[in-house]
Amino acid sequence: MITLTINGLEVSVEEGSTLLEAAQFYGFPIPTLCHMEGLTPYGACRLCVVEIGEGPKAKLVSSCTYPAQEGLKVRTASSRVLKARKMILELLLASCPQSKVIQDLASAHQIRQQRFRQEHEDCILCGLCVRMCKEQMVAQAIGFRGRGEKRSIGTPFDIKSEQCRLCGGCIYVCPACQLRCTFTEPDKAICGGCANLSPPCVEKEPFDDMMCYMQPCVACEIKKD
Amino acid sequence: MKTDEVLSILEKHEEDHSGLISILEDIQSKYSYLPAEALKLVAEQTGRSLVDIYGVATFYKSFSLKPRGKHLCSVCVGTACHVRGAPLIAEEFQRQLNVKASETTPDKEFTLEKVNCLGACAIGPIVVMDGHYFSNVNSPQVNQIIKKTKAGLDDAEIKEDRRVYLLDVSCPRCNHSLMDPSRHLDGSPSIRVTVSTEGEHGWLRLSSLYGSFTVESEFGLRTDTIEDFFCPHCHAELKGASQCPLCRAPMVSMIVRAGGVVQICSRRGCKGHMLDIDGSGL
Ligand code: SF4
Ligand code: SF4
Ligand code: SF4
Ligand code: FES
Ligand code: FES
Repeated sequence: MITLTINGLEVSVEEGSTLLEAAQFYGFPIPTLCHMEGLTPYGACRLCVVEIGEGPKAKLVSSCTYPAQEGLKVRTASSRVLKARKMILELLLASCPQSKVIQDLASAHQIRQQRFRQEHEDCILCGLCVRMCKEQMVAQAIGFRGRGEKRSIGTPFDIKSEQCRLCGGCIYVCPACQLRCTFTEPDKAICGGCANLSPPCVEKEPFDDMMCYMQPCVACEIKKD
Repeated sequence: MKTDEVLSILEKHEEDHSGLISILEDIQSKYSYLPAEALKLVAEQTGRSLVDIYGVATFYKSFSLKPRGKHLCSVCVGTACHVRGAPLIAEEFQRQLNVKASETTPDKEFTLEKVNCLGACAIGPIVVMDGHYFSNVNSPQVNQIIKKTKAGLDDAEIKEDRRVYLLDVSCPRCNHSLMDPSRHLDGSPSIRVTVSTEGEHGWLRLSSLYGSFTVESEFGLRTDTIEDFFCPHCHAELKGASQCPLCRAPMVSMIVRAGGVVQICSRRGCKGHMLDIDGSGL
């Protein structure tokens, strides 16, 4: 067992747990976006930042990837943490405002507007879908491609993957809610947004290539132009 | 692409236990790009997933998934070359070859690419054509470079190779002279660099007589090992952008004081080398 302090409370956790697990176990809330139980931590969104250490040595780390250490002093809601978290949420809103997950997180943190150039990305590169596909579906059909600005998610060569089992797992976990692995063959695609096994939108003309019954679907509308 | 060629590359790497990148590098140097079929084969044979291989292949700029032309033209638009007008040169190449960056001409002759720093900032703007350096390039020279490439860069080189003269070289990064007057080889000051192999560091002296292969080294002579060369002053790695024409090991580049770049093979014992005299000598 490892003993550490979270927000002044001395707690002990099992060796190998992350700060996020420790904090959640003792009831300190930490918002997360790219973290999901059952998938390996990836540390992409930085929403789970906490402050560790003291004085000038204090620093921000992502709690979902940081292992608990003996004697560590952790603050999950210091002013520095809150400020960083709000900034991250603003940036997420700037890149992917149509995401319900991001909208909810932003409103829970009292963010009413963002100050950056508005973009409409259909992916925030959180990697949830990639890990879902690899670790839970054992398919490895989709992955990251490219680098920097051009980094994207998809199948090798952008063609339908032979490994994909059309399980829809990737769409289910995606905070940006878009069709992923099967988009080149719309009739085989599964929509996760409506959680309907046979989506009623298939027959609808305006959505003949996107199966969707929300009218209008923010994400799909944006994608159209 | 032939299946057995890729298989033999894979077999070779199986023995060396080398990683994915070296496998892809070998495939790329064989076909000048990474054919989709080859990547699938690599996935099948090594047990890696195709997405991971595709991810690596698209991550590094040196890998290409599209067939490349006969000649690869890299125009440096790194910071140092940029301030000396590299964007104009890149534009000129795009205009004359009538392709955009990272595209290949329809006749499959040239592939144009923009790169960020080729490690020879001191003599920029730099254009590297099939591993041959052109330094201090300006837009009027673009046409000549293209013409010279079509005529055959290697022909031009053989003519130059017959000449015997002394090289005065310096580091392409810090421009500090690499000449060591305290020790003579072949009767003239030697070129001193730092080399390292298998964790050992030490000096290596080369003859400055162009065409002479006399070397002296702290570790004695080991043949057939590829070494990493460093500048003894700024410790930058003296790696060139090209591969040895004889054995495909990486080339080591140094600036020639009179203008131009000399490249030697980093494999001990290999005689591969290239000399590119300054653009003004075109
Ligand atoms: S639908 Fe295909 S790509 Fe998506 S998680 Fe399932 S197997 Fe992977
Ligand atoms: S597609 Fe969705 S789940 Fe996948 S990385 Fe992008 S935002 Fe995350
Ligand atoms: S509503 Fe539109 S974006 Fe959302 S899951 Fe359905 S098709 Fe996808
Ligand atoms: S939840 Fe920790 S970085 Fe995304
Ligand atoms: S910036 Fe062009 S060689 Fe360094």
